[in-house]
Amino acid sequence: MTILFAVLFYFAAGLFAVGLIYRISTYARTPAPLKIPTTPSPRTKFGVVMLMTREVFLFQSLFKASLWTWLFSAMFHAGLALALIRHIRYFINPVWDWVEFMQPFGIYAGFLMVAGLAGLWGRRIFVDRIRYISTPSDHLMLVLLIGIGASGLYMKFISHTDIITLKNFFMGLMSFHINPVPEDSVIKIHLSLIALLMIIFPFSKLLHAPGIFFSPSRNQVENSRDKRHLATWAAQLESGK
Amino acid sequence: MATEIKAPPYRVFNIAPAIQPGAMDGLKSFVANDKIQNDIGFPAFETEDWHDKAINKFSELLGKYRSLKVYLDACVHCGACSDKCHYFIGTADPKNMPVARQDLMRSVYRRYFTLPGKLFPWLVGARKLTREVMDEWYSYFYQCSECRRCSVFCPYGIDTAEITMAAREVLAAAGYGQKYANEIIGKVHKIGNNLGLPKAALEDTLEGVEEDTKEATGLDIRFPLDVKGAEVLLITPSADFFAEPHIDSLIGYAKVFHAAGISWTLSSMSSEAGNFGLFIGNYDQMRKIALRIRQAALELGVKRIVVGECGHAWRVAYSFWNTLIGVGDGANDPYAIELQNQLDHRYKQPMHICEVTWDLIQQKAISFDKEANDKHIITFHDSCNVARGSGMGDYPGGQFEIPRNIVKAAANHFFEMPEGTTHEKTFCCGGGGGILTDDLLELRVKGALPRMEALQTVVDAHGVNFMASICAICKAQFTKVLPYYGFDRRLIGGVHQLVSNAIKLGDK
Repeated sequence: MTILFAVLFYFAAGLFAVGLIYRISTYARTPAPLKIPTTPSPRTKFGVVMLMTREVFLFQSLFKASLWTWLFSAMFHAGLALALIRHIRYFINPVWDWVEFMQPFGIYAGFLMVAGLAGLWGRRIFVDRIRYISTPSDHLMLVLLIGIGASGLYMKFISHTDIITLKNFFMGLMSFHINPVPEDSVIKIHLSLIALLMIIFPFSKLLHAPGIFFSPSRNQVENSRDKRHLATWAAQLESGK
Repeated sequence: MATEIKAPPYRVFNIAPAIQPGAMDGLKSFVANDKIQNDIGFPAFETEDWHDKAINKFSELLGKYRSLKVYLDACVHCGACSDKCHYFIGTADPKNMPVARQDLMRSVYRRYFTLPGKLFPWLVGARKLTREVMDEWYSYFYQCSECRRCSVFCPYGIDTAEITMAAREVLAAAGYGQKYANEIIGKVHKIGNNLGLPKAALEDTLEGVEEDTKEATGLDIRFPLDVKGAEVLLITPSADFFAEPHIDSLIGYAKVFHAAGISWTLSSMSSEAGNFGLFIGNYDQMRKIALRIRQAALELGVKRIVVGECGHAWRVAYSFWNTLIGVGDGANDPYAIELQNQLDHRYKQPMHICEVTWDLIQQKAISFDKEANDKHIITFHDSCNVARGSGMGDYPGGQFEIPRNIVKAAANHFFEMPEGTTHEKTFCCGGGGGILTDDLLELRVKGALPRMEALQTVVDAHGVNFMASICAICKAQFTKVLPYYGFDRRLIGGVHQLVSNAIKLGDK
């Protein structure tokens, strides 16, 4: 069993990293031939950085669109971020002070995350427009994330796993030693779902995370009259004349 | 349409309608015939290898446009855009929700270009590109006016206009072009403007306008054509030359130049601001159409290029001309350098006529007799391509402030339509982006619903009787659809129509 999980996590981590780097590099290599910021938009690089910061951390555009979606989405993402921060302690030794400090927040963030996901799923089921656009994978993605959150909360509040063994397992993996994985089944479910999430990440709509940084309608400086913007393939048209 | 077209009733609550699947199924603008296609270098309809042509084009576009690639990957189906499109609000057809419209293309993208779509098509909603899918694309990608309202609300800035343009390009590459847009592009190349108005007819028309203006004002206000050495080359939509109410704005531009003592000219070779290459998403066509303007500017030796009241033309001019033809700063091919040396860089290049007029107002070079507009109680309709695809002045949002400033300088009574229907959240007129054709009239009438509701609010509250805009398509579309909602068709007009009414001439 331990070998199986070790292989699974090496595989998942490898695919996650390689897949993501590959996707990001295709985004970076594909040119944006025209200036298409959704105006009015910032006219300086600094302005664009500020806009992107507001989009990434505050979901500014979504806030304009729908308060409910914004609220559930913010709950889920903030909850996930805090929970992830809390989990850093299973991968480092000794544990950094600020990670120590974040522990209680991370624990309750789990509830926030699952509640947010439930809200998002509710919209998918009960709002006719969103039900119409939902594919099976959209539902399953939510199931997967809720499964990760719920199994995590179960281990925190109902039946603890052997956390020392778990930490040894991951610390071992990081230095290419295979230490045993805990015996109970909930941690195995938790770990399997996380591995699955990492595997599908580079092939799915989870690409929205890197994608936003490459969105031309948000990341372009609006200075088209003052500075010429020319893609390589478009520049070749010039020499033809 | 066999049945009579009726405007949908106003909504009781300002929320999205319940979806009605299939409400607009099968609505289809006329398809371009082989001659129209061939005239602009596109293949004929129903070629045997349409499927491969389409997929090859799709693949090519994915390598050329980061927007397309990122947008097809990034959507999470959150539904933020789902109630934002005027065509969805007006038709309730769920395929007119921006996300569902994108999914028509995204489903094919997943099937051919992603691993999960190849392995588990049922799981991620992937499908093959069949003849039926092509028909569906043709129907629904010509039910989008590329107004970008959805992109304002998308958490990743996904712009359905980019998807629509790409889908139209794929369709056209497989021989499935739209008659309306492609015929017009053919006319620009052949004659110089979208309406197919040859030089002699243009001369005639301008002479007529000049006489009418003289009769009305007693002054020799000129409408010059092909005048070498003029300071300003005015590039304006060809509708301004004869359509109502467009022509009143043309007279307004002429009066502004007259009052400020700026010499200007139109060009017969390049007598069109509109650029339908944008609508069909074709970079090459867009560039070729724009190149006529550079050529005209070089031949006439002008110092400035100014664009008239036209929404998408201003987007192309403001956002793309510098890229396409080097009007702006920083181009370095020989023709662009020649142009750079010729243009007067104390001014922005290109400039919108509203920027010109507002600058002159601020310099007190022109002034108004505001009472001349007292019969008009005015509101302002932000045109989508100006609002969300371009800018004016030297600060973000100038495209909202400057036209309003002009209206307020030239008239006493001005009222805003409700928040959420103007500025960056403005609703499209319902006729933009290659939809302004009578074979899509049903869609145009229904798509105007949210704007008509907003207009009704200020008509009821303030007695508004004039909706000013700075777009030829908005003007033509509203002239046609206002009566369906019980309004007078003359309720729509141009900003420079108001300028024309009130500007002080000669007696300064």
